[in-house]
Amino acid sequence: MEIGHRRKERLDRGVKVRTEGLYALMSWRELGYLTMPRLVLIIGMLILPLVMPSMYWQRVISIVCIYALLSLSFDFLAHFVGLVSLGGAFFIGSGGYIAAILNTILGLPPMVSIPISTLLGAVICTLFLFPCLPLRGVYFAIITLMFPLLLGRVIEALDILGGTDGILGVGSFTNSWVEQYFIILMVLFYLFGMRRLVNLDIGLVFRAVMDNDQAVRASGINLTYYKTVAVFIASSMGCLAGGYLAHIYMWAGLSMFALDFSILPIAATVIGGSGTLVGPVLGAFILVPISELLRAFGTLRIVFYALILLAFIVFRSEGIMVYGQRKYQQFEKWVKV
Amino acid sequence: MNNQPILQMRGVTKTFGGIFALNEVSFDLFESDILGIIGPNGSGKTTLVNCITGFIKMTYGEVLFRGKNISRRPAYKIADMGIARTFQIMRPYFSLPAYKNLVIPLFSPRAKRTGGWRGGGKLGDRNAVSIDILEEMGFERESYVPYKMASNLPTGYLKRLELARCLALKPEIILCDEVFSGLSMSEIASMVPLIERLQIEGITLIMIEHRLRELFQVANRVLVLNFGEKLIEGTPGEVMADKKVKEAYFGSEKVEEVETYA
Amino acid sequence: MDILIEILIYGSIRSITLALMALGFALVYGTSRVPNFAHGALYIINGFIVWSFLRLLGLNYFFSILLAIIVIGVIGALIYQIILIRVRGIAISEIIASYAIGLAILEGLRWGGFKGMTYTLPTFIQGSIFIVGVPVDLHRIVVLICGAALIGFLWLFTHYTRIGLALRGMAQDERAALMLGIDSDRMAVVAMVFGSMLAGLAAVLLLPLGNIVVESGYNVLILAIAVCIVGGLGSWMGAVLAAFLIGFAQILTEVYLGTHFKTVVALLAIIITLILRPSGLFGRQKELEERV
Repeated sequence: MEIGHRRKERLDRGVKVRTEGLYALMSWRELGYLTMPRLVLIIGMLILPLVMPSMYWQRVISIVCIYALLSLSFDFLAHFVGLVSLGGAFFIGSGGYIAAILNTILGLPPMVSIPISTLLGAVICTLFLFPCLPLRGVYFAIITLMFPLLLGRVIEALDILGGTDGILGVGSFTNSWVEQYFIILMVLFYLFGMRRLVNLDIGLVFRAVMDNDQAVRASGINLTYYKTVAVFIASSMGCLAGGYLAHIYMWAGLSMFALDFSILPIAATVIGGSGTLVGPVLGAFILVPISELLRAFGTLRIVFYALILLAFIVFRSEGIMVYGQRKYQQFEKWVKV
Repeated sequence: MNNQPILQMRGVTKTFGGIFALNEVSFDLFESDILGIIGPNGSGKTTLVNCITGFIKMTYGEVLFRGKNISRRPAYKIADMGIARTFQIMRPYFSLPAYKNLVIPLFSPRAKRTGGWRGGGKLGDRNAVSIDILEEMGFERESYVPYKMASNLPTGYLKRLELARCLALKPEIILCDEVFSGLSMSEIASMVPLIERLQIEGITLIMIEHRLRELFQVANRVLVLNFGEKLIEGTPGEVMADKKVKEAYFGSEKVEEVETYA
Repeated sequence: MDILIEILIYGSIRSITLALMALGFALVYGTSRVPNFAHGALYIINGFIVWSFLRLLGLNYFFSILLAIIVIGVIGALIYQIILIRVRGIAISEIIASYAIGLAILEGLRWGGFKGMTYTLPTFIQGSIFIVGVPVDLHRIVVLICGAALIGFLWLFTHYTRIGLALRGMAQDERAALMLGIDSDRMAVVAMVFGSMLAGLAAVLLLPLGNIVVESGYNVLILAIAVCIVGGLGSWMGAVLAAFLIGFAQILTEVYLGTHFKTVVALLAIIITLILRPSGLFGRQKELEERV
């Protein structure tokens, strides 16, 4: 069969076209078509802790949410602002250490220390990354990869903040339901918030910065300011996850700067579908449980997810979400040319 | 005409590792002038635009905008003062539809300040305003063109989009870097009235061009650059008559052709 | 006075070591603009290949080194031909794909049981000598000489052979090289093979000084990136100079601050260089300045 003689034709489904304007409000079917995917996501996430069989798997859900936040932050920076940040571990570490310090020294409860660590951590991360904002592509990726390594080594070398032992005795959440629903609601909040944000005018500016930053400068817009804002938003997600992590592990230590927090979000984003914002969350929900299931195999699970990542990036770089979206919205058929 | 020049260049010099891309270029630009800048390839025309708009820091010299020295300001500040520019290599925001391309300049502090409600100010509907501007630049409002992704637009529309992006800033000066290049004769013919309208609206223009015939239709003054140096400045007629220009720009053989152009 | 000579000798050895680690990375990036994040993994895997040939198959030491370097070259070519060629030109994908390869190799080795103190390679020459009162292992001298020879050889190779000139041409301007009939994909494979072989050579020279441990794969990658960034990504001789800079900086901090700060110095060097002068100390500034 010669490939040259046929091609795939894609047509929008009727219901997709009908739901594009105000007309969607006129029938339940169209309304359902629009809201179904969102409802499935929201309700699905909300009932997850209820259906989990054991404490262990409930904890896994929390970890999944942490990675989901990190993936969201990576996707936002990489595909809506054009800054490829490999610094997930940097965000987690900053947020985690700040929350741990606030809790152990000042005695603040999690519900206070996490918001503070979110904001303070985001400020600190933004300050660190501020001088790097003019960099792009490989350079920004490398420098963000180096920051968590550096901080880890500095803490180790200077033996500050607990040194290699880390900060022990961080208080935990009093109620396990609060613990889980807090992070799930946060993921939903950030997910829908980001989706809203990138379609606002300021979101358009972010996307313009990615497409052509010179034209943005020529439009009288301060590039650095908007990049700073974007980095602040993204790092606030990571720091929130870090602060939360410190509280559920009741510990903040050097492994918070581990490369896992930088690499797994990228894998989740690639697998879920880059540039969709929902995709990375989905990717985290697929990857993290798989890696938990494979925990018995030791480091083989890292090999496993590296290979999945490789396969996706080479052969299916669009990701699951883009694929799903296309199937949901379009007919596909082969036509002879 | 106002006697105070709106833009003054004072000995602007830019070196790239010992090579003079611009050497002591000085000129005055008066309000609602159209200044054409011509010169052979590599004579420093685009560098001049980059220096004025702050995209390149000049080695020395200064640029005065309404008497204020703007030569050390960052690019976005200069654009914010009302000096807009187009790019020679058109790179619109490819991932956005054409009309959303204009939302970005309309979001800038200058547009918010100068535009008011209708101009896309703080409360204005930027989408509606950007469609208005696009229509002004020759995008048919009722057609699908303004809603198309910028990556699918043909060259002619991209050039208009570049101009529209400048216009959204309500600029006082627009620096056009080769807006006519790459266009067909009919497309150029439809662009010329747009340029003339900008002039009538009181916008000062600097046009870098290789299409001399069309440039001389609209420009009232012409400056010739050669190897980064200012060769001559004058009305199109004066420039045409100048011997040095003919030699530097066209080579001495093609004199007749030039006269038919003028 | 004594400590000065010690710093001088060990500083040069460290510098050559760093240069050896970095040259492969610099060669691949300089030629094909692919940041090969699997570099550290190639380094370590070569150590294990040599070890396997030597201990499991019982081959002659020299012979197993030779074979291992050929094998590592083939591995490099396969990595490029199967995977990297498909993502070439997409900066994010290049980094992620090559890093994933490295991760898979290193963690696979760790899973396969290649950890612990049992994996060592014999030194080339036993014993040590005194240079102006400072004791130095003979093997370190071998490293010094071989490294210097290798750098010299690379310089000659890239300046006087057809393939070397083609590689340099591609490094300067890929499109122009294409127009002159240089097959860019083939040269990228060649670069990848040479890069892997250089990683392998570095491993063979350096690993006898310690144990073969998987973690050092990550360290080698970081050090290679540090050297290449400071020297300017894509500039080979810059990388050599930067190796001396970082090497002496590391030795000095080790002497005066403590060994903990060894990696901190390398990381700080990366960050400071990128912030102040992204094209590196010896790189060509041109490309960045032209981004108008």
